[in-house]
Amino acid sequence: MTESTIKGPGDPGFSRREFLRGSGAVAAATALQTHAAAANQEGQAAGPAIVRGETTITLQVNGESKKVTVEPRTTLLEVLRTQLELTGAKPISHDGSSGGSTVMVDGKPMSASTLLAVAVVGKKIQTVESLGGAKPDAVVKAFVEHDALQCGFCTPGFVMAVRAFLDKNPQATEAEIRGGLNGNICRCGTYANIIQAAIAVVKGGK
Amino acid sequence: MADNSYSWPKAGETSSLGKRVNRIDGVEKASGRAKYTYDIQLPKQLIARALGCPHAHCKIVSIDTSAAEKVPGVVHVYIFPHAKPGSEIEWQGELLVAVAAESEGAAVEGLSKLKIQYEKLDVFVDDANLAAAQAAKRASKGGGKEQTEREPGDDDDEKEFVNAEFARLFKESKHIVEGFYGIDAITHCCLEPHGSTVTWNGDKLLAYLSTQNVSGTDEGFADGLKIAADDVEVRCEHIGGGFGSKFAADYWGLAAAQISKATGRPVKLMLDRDQELKLGGNRPSAYLKVKLGADADGVIKVWDSEHWTTGGAVGGGVTHNGVIPYVFEPKNYRRSQINIKTNLGPQRAWRAPNHPQACAITQTAIDDLAARMGADSMEIFLRNLGTDEARRIGGAKPSVYKAEIELAAKLMDWKAKWHPHGKGTAKGSIVDGLGMALHTWGGGANDSNCNLKIYPDGGVETFCGTQDLGVGTRTAIALVLAETLGIPYTGIKVNIGSSKLPVSGPSGGSTTIGGVSESHRRAATDALAKINDLVAKKLGVAADTLVAANGRISVKGQPDKSLSWKEACNLIGMRPLEVTGSFKRGTPSPLSNATVGGVQMAHVLVDKDTGVVKINKFVAVQDMGLVVARKQAESQIYGAIIMGIAYSLFEQRIADSASGAFLNSELRDYKLARLGDIGDIVVEIYEPESERSRGVIGLGEPPVISPGAAISNAVANALGVRVPVLPLTPQRVLEAVQKAGRA
Repeated sequence: MTESTIKGPGDPGFSRREFLRGSGAVAAATALQTHAAAANQEGQAAGPAIVRGETTITLQVNGESKKVTVEPRTTLLEVLRTQLELTGAKPISHDGSSGGSTVMVDGKPMSASTLLAVAVVGKKIQTVESLGGAKPDAVVKAFVEHDALQCGFCTPGFVMAVRAFLDKNPQATEAEIRGGLNGNICRCGTYANIIQAAIAVVKGGK
Repeated sequence: MADNSYSWPKAGETSSLGKRVNRIDGVEKASGRAKYTYDIQLPKQLIARALGCPHAHCKIVSIDTSAAEKVPGVVHVYIFPHAKPGSEIEWQGELLVAVAAESEGAAVEGLSKLKIQYEKLDVFVDDANLAAAQAAKRASKGGGKEQTEREPGDDDDEKEFVNAEFARLFKESKHIVEGFYGIDAITHCCLEPHGSTVTWNGDKLLAYLSTQNVSGTDEGFADGLKIAADDVEVRCEHIGGGFGSKFAADYWGLAAAQISKATGRPVKLMLDRDQELKLGGNRPSAYLKVKLGADADGVIKVWDSEHWTTGGAVGGGVTHNGVIPYVFEPKNYRRSQINIKTNLGPQRAWRAPNHPQACAITQTAIDDLAARMGADSMEIFLRNLGTDEARRIGGAKPSVYKAEIELAAKLMDWKAKWHPHGKGTAKGSIVDGLGMALHTWGGGANDSNCNLKIYPDGGVETFCGTQDLGVGTRTAIALVLAETLGIPYTGIKVNIGSSKLPVSGPSGGSTTIGGVSESHRRAATDALAKINDLVAKKLGVAADTLVAANGRISVKGQPDKSLSWKEACNLIGMRPLEVTGSFKRGTPSPLSNATVGGVQMAHVLVDKDTGVVKINKFVAVQDMGLVVARKQAESQIYGAIIMGIAYSLFEQRIADSASGAFLNSELRDYKLARLGDIGDIVVEIYEPESERSRGVIGLGEPPVISPGAAISNAVANALGVRVPVLPLTPQRVLEAVQKAGRA
């Protein structure tokens, strides 16, 4: 395996090998090299840092700052579900192949099951619960109106995927909807209704 | 004798029943607030993870848990009773040891430290290969039946007579089809895996279980743990997928309870994805060789088949009984079944047990008969129905199927799209094809009891130990109550999902809607009679002149002589009115019925160069008696077709011949249909008065039966070649095309 360094805007590089070794819920406890600021709330150093054992970090979830205690191997999904009582994102597959744990990170849909909690410090995390409340989001309302859910276990992930897709493609055609939402799996077979729900959101202009 | 004191309102006179409404828990589910078993988080809860056996067939030699116990965060290590040294394990993934820890990471790390020695044993997993199964001594007789229209004479040897009859019938047949058809095993693949979160309060167990059977699994825990059933409560507010595999506490549920007892802490033990696919249940495979003979009109006169099937290591499989050939009942038939024992996980009842496989391996042969004759498939299906007076089929009445076929053909535009098999006009490498199939199911009402409470302030609440698999049971119950009491469905509280509620049957076999409709219609009718007595007294009229509608109880034809629902309920007094509704399975009733028929048609596009099959259009026409919750009923049919598309084109369990390993037990490899794979689906509920007046009949199973045969037949119509085994993967399509090219 060759080592590669991933760089993003404003991000210091981190070793892909180190990251992979530490990623995923099944990985053994191991050192993880990541953004210092991500790992240590006190320090603002720009270089990489080594994180071992339990660390307290602060996450920005649904517009609120939340302190959580994590290990390097702790996924965002585990933190949301076990420490923040946000169980909308579901553990359907650990590798992101089902889309069941879809959340938005800085506005982009991502699988919380494949993100380490320490890697999303400082990023805006939005879960499906933020689309509910007293005035549900248009996507939530359209899912209900078009009965685009049955058992409902995949539904939160799908709602987030549809929201993110329509944010990016507010004028999406039916063909684009059929082509653009294939990262999520539903076992009950709600796809036909989801397509109708997404079309309705486009028509409603929300 | 049917009890005629209960009835449904006539068509056109309903306010809630059969209307298109939003499900009452829709927002809760769509915004992530609905709590599933996997979401239950109890104080001080431990997370347990289990190690699945890596070998398909082996003996456990030794288990060393010492290193696992030392992992920081690990609290308890549990060896399953069937995994002691010396135990034989017969399929990969069988759970051997569970580790309970403070976090999931610690539990998984604990599992990685287990040291287990195995002695590997002989493996057999090639369920499609009958000769190999026989050579490996894994095949055994699974029964069969033969029937001839003519009776043997007193002096005839029965076997010789049957052989001679079959020879004669085939000789007289104008058209003969000999074929091989199959359908691979698939898994239940519930998105919420099987599992539970359990906690003890002294000697009492509270189990949050992902189950289709809240009223029955308390006894399962009690039996397994040797405690009293009334000391167990099972709860399941929402279940993340249940298609027939979640009826029991399961041994891993008992393990969670035992770990919880040992540690004094709540324990969550859910299967992981790989275990869910290996252990959580599968639908048996089935492969069939058949010779059939038909007369000049294409009416089947004789059927002679042998099929082989596997339910895994513990027996079972697709029965021959009553489903081979499927729906059609030729006067002369011989069918035999061979069971194959494999080293793969045990089968569990999958939506319409036996039917989808039987349909896929037999109605394909009927379509091949049409192909051989150069006839329109729909015409051959129609000719084999017989009439209501002289049936050639089981299940629903021939007249029902005939009407449904005509309706489906119209929706599909069958006649305009039809071309003889393999004779369509290709557009580049793309050819199109049409196929159809039909099915039947019982779906009679299950046992159900409910406790209905009507409060003096007009509030209505029901308690019922049923469950909502996602089909809209809560909503259907609310609609039945709303219809009966003449109030809106939205304010009604429906409490389900606990074994401490009035007993209601397990949700299997499409029996729930009938059961809960029975119990709730009865309870609400009785409650309304009591309220009507009070209202009658107050208004000075006879109770039988009163009607409940639009939130009022009024004298029929005199809307000014009325009380609002709330005013009426005020008359109840200080305490709520409580009424029980009960239904016992099998009781003749005007409210519910059994036996439906459905017809499905598929229009596909097949790329001869790549082997890729796409669904262009799919039409489903389904009878289900009286519709309670229309929108949710339609959703269930859409869902069944999408599941059907998955098992027709994509889904299969793939096992390695040498090791017996289940190779595609993760979702990245276990291919299901995605949103872009479904084409245009048209759903039509067939509900003329003749069907509606029969009462409520279950819908869960029937529409999932026909897709396999309908899609396979459409592909055969497109190509002019049968792709014999489902799923119709690109590789199989290309192989079939190439084989035909060589022939």
